[in-house]
Amino acid sequence: MDYDKALELFEPVLGFEVHVELNTKTKMFSDAPNYFGGEPNTNITPVDLGLPGSLPVVNEQAVKYSISLGLALGCSIAASSRFARKNYFYPDLAKNYQISQFDEPIAYEGSVEVELANGRVFQIPIERAHMEEDAGKLTHVGGATGRIQGAEYSLVDYNRAGVPLVEIVTHMIVGAEHDAPELAKAYVSTIRDIVVSLGISDAKMERGNLRCDANISLRSRASVAAAVAAGEPLPLGTRTETKNVNSLRSVERAIRYEIQRQAAILDAGGTITQETRHWHEDTGQTSAGRPKSDADDYRYFPEPDLLPVEPSAELIESLRLALPEAPAVRRKRLKSDWGFSDLEFQDVQNSGLLVEIEETVSFGASAHQARKWWTGEIARVANERGVDAATLISPKDVSELVALIENGDLTDRLARQVLEGVIAGEGTPTAVVEARGLKVVSDDGPLIAAIDEALAAQPDVLEKIRDGKVQAAGAVIGAVMKAMKGTADAARVRELVLERAQQ
Amino acid sequence: MSLFTRTASSLGEMLAAGEVSSVEVTQAHLDRIAAVDADVHAFLHVNAGALDAAAAVDKRRSAGEVLGPLAGVPIAIKDVLCTLGMPSTAGSRILEGWIPPYDATVVARLRSAGLVPLGKTNMDEFAMGSSTEHSAYGASHNPWDLERIPGGSGGGSAAAVAAFEAPIALGSDTGGSIRQPAAVTGSVGVKPTYGGVSRYGAIALASSLDQVGPVSRNVLDSALVHDIIGGHDPRDSTSLTDQWPSFAAAAREGAAAESLKGVRIGVVKELDSPGFQAGVHQRFHEALDLLAANGAEIVEVSAPHFEYAVAAYYLILPAEASSNLAKFDSVRFGMRVNPPGGGTVEDVMAATREAGFGDEVKRRIILGTYALSAGYYDAYYGSAQKVRTLIQRDFASAFEQADVLVSPAAPTTAFKLGEKINDPLAMYLNDVTTIPANLAGIPGMGLPAGLAPEDGLPVGIQIMAPAREDARLYKLGATLERLLEDKWGHTLLSQAPSLAPGEMFAAESGAV
Repeated sequence: MDYDKALELFEPVLGFEVHVELNTKTKMFSDAPNYFGGEPNTNITPVDLGLPGSLPVVNEQAVKYSISLGLALGCSIAASSRFARKNYFYPDLAKNYQISQFDEPIAYEGSVEVELANGRVFQIPIERAHMEEDAGKLTHVGGATGRIQGAEYSLVDYNRAGVPLVEIVTHMIVGAEHDAPELAKAYVSTIRDIVVSLGISDAKMERGNLRCDANISLRSRASVAAAVAAGEPLPLGTRTETKNVNSLRSVERAIRYEIQRQAAILDAGGTITQETRHWHEDTGQTSAGRPKSDADDYRYFPEPDLLPVEPSAELIESLRLALPEAPAVRRKRLKSDWGFSDLEFQDVQNSGLLVEIEETVSFGASAHQARKWWTGEIARVANERGVDAATLISPKDVSELVALIENGDLTDRLARQVLEGVIAGEGTPTAVVEARGLKVVSDDGPLIAAIDEALAAQPDVLEKIRDGKVQAAGAVIGAVMKAMKGTADAARVRELVLERAQQ
Repeated sequence: MSLFTRTASSLGEMLAAGEVSSVEVTQAHLDRIAAVDADVHAFLHVNAGALDAAAAVDKRRSAGEVLGPLAGVPIAIKDVLCTLGMPSTAGSRILEGWIPPYDATVVARLRSAGLVPLGKTNMDEFAMGSSTEHSAYGASHNPWDLERIPGGSGGGSAAAVAAFEAPIALGSDTGGSIRQPAAVTGSVGVKPTYGGVSRYGAIALASSLDQVGPVSRNVLDSALVHDIIGGHDPRDSTSLTDQWPSFAAAAREGAAAESLKGVRIGVVKELDSPGFQAGVHQRFHEALDLLAANGAEIVEVSAPHFEYAVAAYYLILPAEASSNLAKFDSVRFGMRVNPPGGGTVEDVMAATREAGFGDEVKRRIILGTYALSAGYYDAYYGSAQKVRTLIQRDFASAFEQADVLVSPAAPTTAFKLGEKINDPLAMYLNDVTTIPANLAGIPGMGLPAGLAPEDGLPVGIQIMAPAREDARLYKLGATLERLLEDKWGHTLLSQAPSLAPGEMFAAESGAV
């Protein structure tokens, strides 16, 4: 169903579960390295494999990171919180229970301010943030889809088992209306900004450091109106939970898709199945996962192998004092520091590249150049390839590129070629300039020679300039640029041509 | 006197004095195992590397290294503990042949103290039982009467010690699995304070109740083992960081004590049931009289909530066990059964667990899964935890009136193999005296109180102390042991049948 039509008939209700992988040195409950690339099943200990007799020990750094994150989300920190076992059988879960937190999370009841490109500001209510361990990674071999259905066999890599996670759960979010997809993206982007500013996660969505499960349900405008008229609580539709949303862009697309999908079903008189949905980046659609009922029974009980986590008030206060500036505050400051107009700053916000731009500026680039390149050419390439811009190039490289432009070593046109080289993995901008021989010729000697040659071919040009027809210089400049294969600085060529006319 | 009849402490002294080598001592025990274990079946696995380990200790000693008091002494290890180089099955088919890639912390501590692992001892599957009849590898037999149970779950360790196959052993105690086998075999066993000994590498039954401890033929030997295995382990979050006193020193002090003047001994009314076997009741009260005659003040204390202990225990234990045993799914280790015609991973897990677990394990997994289910959690697991708190309070108020508490260690002497196997409830009730200590996390010791007149089988007495006061057990236990042995004129175990040709005790006759 058409998006606007869907919104006309239904009100979307959102909820998010964002998993953040913490970048501690070791895992949540073992001393194995917290690193899950590389040879499968190498970064593991008996604890990560759930071998008989092994016992978990809480990673103190992970607790501190979780407290910092809770504080940054405006949450209260529990004086005593407990781990619990979530029991279910799945081969990527070594012990067939996940150590998580249930009714006593480390952080609870907070709020996060999210600002949309159109200037709307939302307070997203946070229900809780709790600590848990990641599961291993299954690879399904054989079968067409790479999913478990139809696979011949499956491989499991426990390198990721036990990686520390914080799961941030929102309360129900109402009132987003048309902005629901954008709000979803802005929320995840804000969480990303927060964890990056805290330095507690690599926060790369494409690598799964930051994962968003998006819950969405629709309720008909008619049913809301009827409830209001009758003074009854507002109805809630059946929700789905969309998983595998691996980029900010996908978060937005997935919500938009799911609103349209659910609206079409409901409008046709159908019912929504409560289930997980799997997002497909390639088709831009979701497909049915497993049924998920509220009655799923994980038989939670307090983890008897671990003591309650009881951070001292002093520790909590010291972590609170060490918190970096809140992203909302930071945004206001940056807008003013950078001297951006509302429109320019919204452009940055909307791109989700605030962090990258800030980092680029911190390496010495001007804010305007940083914004121009990130939201311009880099975003364009990212969009073309369907990836997040931040994955293409590092802020350090962008700042180097900008420096080359500002020194006059590169023109914008050359800079785009350099950028292409950096994205292709040819090295830093300076290295690409060297390798491709793209540097602007700043020595006037070769320019003067080229100008002489061009003037010889078009002898009337100097006359025309002297007669006041300055635009006639364009023909010579064009010829010189062509002869120099673009490595000349057009402004300098122009200056030299005008100087010659005055001689 | 044969080497294998000596206590660990005396072997330790002989080894230190160079009167005997560890290889000789170890060989003597291996020979004894070869002679009697076909009948006793205490061992599931005998360590092929035992003599090499013994030789290594001898070498360390001859190189002038200063070794601990039990260096070179052999020890039997309950199969619930993970051991490098030896299978660790917890008595279950599902772990048949599994060799862990690591040592349990207690085993690593034994090895570094120079003790020689003799092998792995039999037990009820995953420590669920009071008789070893639930072992997947066949029951162990009580050295006093081979037709009878050696107690459980750690019947193998107790039988090994009582049959002189090992001077000392390790056990684990979740609801009495060290103390009850000690009681019915005439040996000594200690369940330390919860957190006093590392659980790392002990295959978990019920994490909040399990505790590893020593089994021996006298109080001092248990204390010496406890000194080695105890103390903080950073790999076990529930391990206490306390600095512990020397338990061996406490035992020696107790053995030398002139009088028990000023010691208040509480008799738990609820654990002194006239319903217990007559000979148990009689020997227990004779022991109390002996203590009183030597100056102890005997006080009666009440623990009204002990009535609910067994019920609470059989909710908490299965609940934790149902989760702890979920890892046995064939994916990473242990048995794998592929159902006919193949199937999904869930099918393989189910077929493996069906074939790999025995009936008692399945019974408790089902019980525990039910107790934790949504809608039942509060009524079962939640209520059981409340009972646990009440029992802890009962103990706290009892310990205001007494320094230690005592009770019979088990309601009966060893029953016959097969007698209770089809009556789980009767089997469960055999732990009525030992379970409260586990629920409260306090330490308890089982030690011999004599032979029941009606059947001539060992009766055990239990001593309990407040949490962290394990030293009191060793001190009073050693005093009581000395008083009883002075009265009898010999140790209890010297009266056990010899089991093997050659009449090991021919030279030292005596009557109980």
